[in-house]
This record gives sequence, C-alpha cells and structure tokens, in this order.
Amino acid sequence: MSTVPTVSTSPEVESGALPAPPTPRATRTVSLARQLSLAGVLAAFVVVFAITGTGFLSQETWNSTTQYASEFLILGVAETFVILSGGIDLSVGSVVALSGVCGAWIMSHTHSLGTGPEIIVGVAGALAVGVLVGAVNGFLIAVGRITPFIATLGTLGIAAGLANVISGGSPITDVPGQIGNIANQSFGGWLPALFVAALVVLAFGGWLLRGTRFGIHVRAVGSSLSSAREAGVAYRSVLLRNYILSGGLAAVAGVLLLGQFVIGSPLTGANDELNAIAAVVIGGASLAGGRGSLLGTVFGAFIISILVTGLIASHVPAFWQEVAVGVVIVVAVFIDQLKDRAGREI
Amino acid sequence: MAVPTDPILLGRNLGKRYGAIEALAGVDIALRSGEVTSLCGDNGAGKSTLVKILSGAATPTTGKLQINGEAVRLRSPRDAQQVGVETVFQDLGIAPHLTVTENVFLGREIPLPGLLGKLGMMDRKAMHGATGDAVSRVKINLPGLDYIVESMSGGQRQAVAVSRTIIGRASIVLLDEPTAALGVQETSRVADLIGRLRDARVAVLMISHDLPMVMELSDRVVILRHGRKVGDIDAAEHTVDDVIAYITGHKVQDQPRHRAAQEIS
Repeated sequence: MSTVPTVSTSPEVESGALPAPPTPRATRTVSLARQLSLAGVLAAFVVVFAITGTGFLSQETWNSTTQYASEFLILGVAETFVILSGGIDLSVGSVVALSGVCGAWIMSHTHSLGTGPEIIVGVAGALAVGVLVGAVNGFLIAVGRITPFIATLGTLGIAAGLANVISGGSPITDVPGQIGNIANQSFGGWLPALFVAALVVLAFGGWLLRGTRFGIHVRAVGSSLSSAREAGVAYRSVLLRNYILSGGLAAVAGVLLLGQFVIGSPLTGANDELNAIAAVVIGGASLAGGRGSLLGTVFGAFIISILVTGLIASHVPAFWQEVAVGVVIVVAVFIDQLKDRAGREI
Repeated sequence: MAVPTDPILLGRNLGKRYGAIEALAGVDIALRSGEVTSLCGDNGAGKSTLVKILSGAATPTTGKLQINGEAVRLRSPRDAQQVGVETVFQDLGIAPHLTVTENVFLGREIPLPGLLGKLGMMDRKAMHGATGDAVSRVKINLPGLDYIVESMSGGQRQAVAVSRTIIGRASIVLLDEPTAALGVQETSRVADLIGRLRDARVAVLMISHDLPMVMELSDRVVILRHGRKVGDIDAAEHTVDDVIAYITGHKVQDQPRHRAAQEIS
C-alpha cells in the first residue's frame, strides 16, 4: 500500500518516531466499514428475532427496546468520553443507584414544599450527587494520579455502599407519583420520554465531542498524553471535567430510572457500567484511548438491548442474555484484532 | 552563506546539572534568522539538554538567554512559544488519533467570536484555512486536512509537526532529530522542508546524526562533547571528517569564544 521505502538511516530507531504502520487513510478513528458492519449485525438480529420471537416486530417491542436502551445510551455517552481520554469509569452503575436513592430521599423529606418544588429539589440533589462523585473520580485521577480503574473501583464501592446506607437497604417508595407520569409518557406512542432524553444526551455529547475544544482535548489526552501536554493542553482540567461529565450523566440516568420505576432503589443500575463499557467497546473504541465514536456506541447499546428484548420475545430464559452479551463482546473485539493484525502484516 | 546579522537567539555559559551529573557546562550558542545550525555530538554529549533549555522544557542551572536582544527566562514550552521559539521533539508531539487540522491547532484552537466561543466552540473554518496555508508552505503532500494522522507516513507526520511551528509564527525552530527513523526519500523531503524554513528567514537549530545531511543543509555546525562545546564551525569550510574528529575528541577548537558570546554582558 505504501510506496515509501522505510530504510532506516539512523542508529536510534528505538527512540520514538517510528514509521506508521500502513493503516488505511481515514478521517475517523472508527472506520465507516466498522459502522456499517455494526449496522449489519443489528439488522441481522432484528431479522432473526422477527422469525424466532412472538410479536417481535411490534410497537411494544420498539418501545420496550428503546426504553431499555436509554440507560445504556446515556451511560454509553459517559463511557465513550472517559474511554476516549484513555480512562474508564466503573462507578457509573452505582452512581445511578446513589443519585436515584438520594433524589427519592430528598423528595420523601420535602413533601411540605408541594409536588412541583419537591420534584425539582429532588432532581437537582440527585444530579449534584452525580457531579460530586464525578469530581471525586476526576480529582483522584487528575491530581492524585491514581489509575482510573482503581479510583473508580473505589468510588463504585463507596457510592453503592452509601446508596444502601441512605435507603436502609430497601427501596424508597415515598415519592410523588407524578414523576412516573412524566418519565413513562410517550410522544405519539412511538417515542418514550426516556428515549427522548437519551437522544438529547446523545446530541449534547456529539456537540461536545466534535464541536468544542473540550472534545478535541479529551481525544488528544487519550491519544497521546505527552503530546497533549507539550502542546499546552491543560490535561488535568480536561480529565477532571471529563469525569464530572461522566458522573453527571450517570445521575441523569439515575433520575430517569427513578422516574420510570417511581422508587429509589439501591439495586438500580447495579453492574450496568459493564453493559455501558460493552456498548462502547462493541462500537469500536479502544480501551487504550483516542479511538472511539458515539455512533459506534449507539450501535453497541442497541445491539445489547435488542439481544435482551429479542431473547425475551423468543422465550429464552433470562440467564442466557448475559451469556449472549458476553459472546458478542468477545466476538466483536476478536474480529477487530484479526483485522488489525492483517493490516500490520501487509 | 548567510550575511552575518545580529543573532536572534544568544545563549551564554549555559549549563545544566542533574544531581551529581553535569549534563552541560559553559556552552555559548548563537542562532541567526535564515540560518540553519546543526548540533552534533555523541550520545550523552548534551545535545538534548541544550535543546530542552532553549525550548523551555528544562531550566538551566547556569547561564543567560537573550532573544531579540532581550534577556528571557523560559520556564515552560509555553514561555518559549510566546517569544517565538517552537520545538519539534523527536516524538513530534502529535496525537495520532486527531486530524491534521486538530493536531496543527492543538492547544491553540481558534474560538468562535462571542458567546459560542465562550462555550468552547471553535472556528473550524479559520483553523482549516490556516492549516491549509501552513501545509502548502511545507510542500509535503498530505492525503487531506481532515484525515487522522495515524494513517500517515513519518515524513507526513514531520510535515504536520512543522506546520504547527508555522501556525505559531515561530522565528526560531528547534528540531530534535527530524530524520531519525525516516526512509531515504522521506529524509530528503524533510531536508527540503528545513531549507524552506531557512528561506522564510526562520532560525533553525537541529540535532542530527546524519552528518552528510548536516554538512549539506547547515550554515554552522556546533559540536558538543561531554557536555562542553568543542567546536563551532562554518559548514562550508569543513568536511564530515572534521566534524567526526570533533565528535570523537581527536580535534578540539582552542575555544574560539564565539563573537556572539561576548555580546551578552
């Protein structure tokens, strides 16, 4: 592919600046071919489940799939940013629980304010909790130089534990029923409110990533921290803001689920960080940072969601769903690496 | 051969100590606009230390720096950029997953005017245009400004890195082994590129082990050995063998206090 001979003229080849592997020229880190193959996989699942499932191609399935996918779309946006920066956020699932529990707790203690204000105060409190956990993550990682895996593993435990402490280990049900009406409404029968919220978050994420300096700096820090630093990028601030974004988005998901189920449960969101990370990885992102796309994450989140609703429609026992998601992750990454190896050997 | 002009950068008695190790001692250096100066020496001779001092990446333990006749203290690469010194380190300072434009403007993105700019939105059109101009000046073909750098060759990456210095309006460009690990053809392209920087009246200092290229491209050659300057010679009047003699210590200039060095008081 490359026409340029790569004869070394220097004895110091080992010290950096190695010639690039002849990767195909691209404008995006996740190729169009990859996106198309994800769309193909998604379409194939739809076809298979249309055959095996009873009443799969229905408005009901569409609504339950989009509603189910909403949480993974929002957590997926959070993880896409964090993974692009070369990190990971294991705490988002327990932030969903903690923010939901805190929101419910605040609502249950502010009935005297009236329905509207207590909902607003509860939601604001829930979001503040997510931002706070994100700020702690960002501080530990950017200033304390703790690896993201360890730092967020710690806050995962802290947030999950606090959710149990505050709720006493059982769901808080003393919340205004109106939040259920808001969260479970559907626009025109085809657009569940949760899905609309997820689409808004996606649009916001896309704007941040492609349209703003912050988005470029997030990708630069994940692509090459030393280069970003040399170029004067305030990488500590970028990382701090990135984890605050991640915690804040997790709290948005927590508020939505609080509305959907009309309870603040410490069990909500448990292990959901794994599905969110899976969606990002299936979408073509690299855990080494720099590479990834929101569109890929959207496909990943829908592939996971449709597996779940499709297997339910096909009357496959629920335990098999986790197996199926696991297989999809491994296969997706394996195919990626095969292509990568082939690329390097040309 | 360049007409002798006042140096744009003057360093006197520059030294750097890392604990017990004296990496650099008593080095005088002068860079002039439109002149290419090469820095030669064996591994550990102090070349990288000197470039780090001039680029703001390291602070000297001794010595003074003057740029455009004014005393400067460079505490960071940012400081250096503000007085017109841009450095292309060996790793090129490139983020491979970013596009050409994003790399060229990394850390100095142009914001949109007004509120949108305050929200962090960038003037992509202006950045794109300026990058196109800079890239066309270095005259190395790139597949496109919206292509990610990961897919490009070593010479093309070098061109992206040098385009960064053009955007920064550098009057002094420091190049740390610009042709290390490049192929024959790409090396000659990068040599052309350095020639074009000189033609644009930029003062260039490059570290290189490629002595034939050094002799062909440079106006002056400064040779370091064990952290000290052992030679500061006119490239046109010397050969590769002379430079090797200085590098290996078979020849030492009897301290020809560089004219420039006496100009700093």
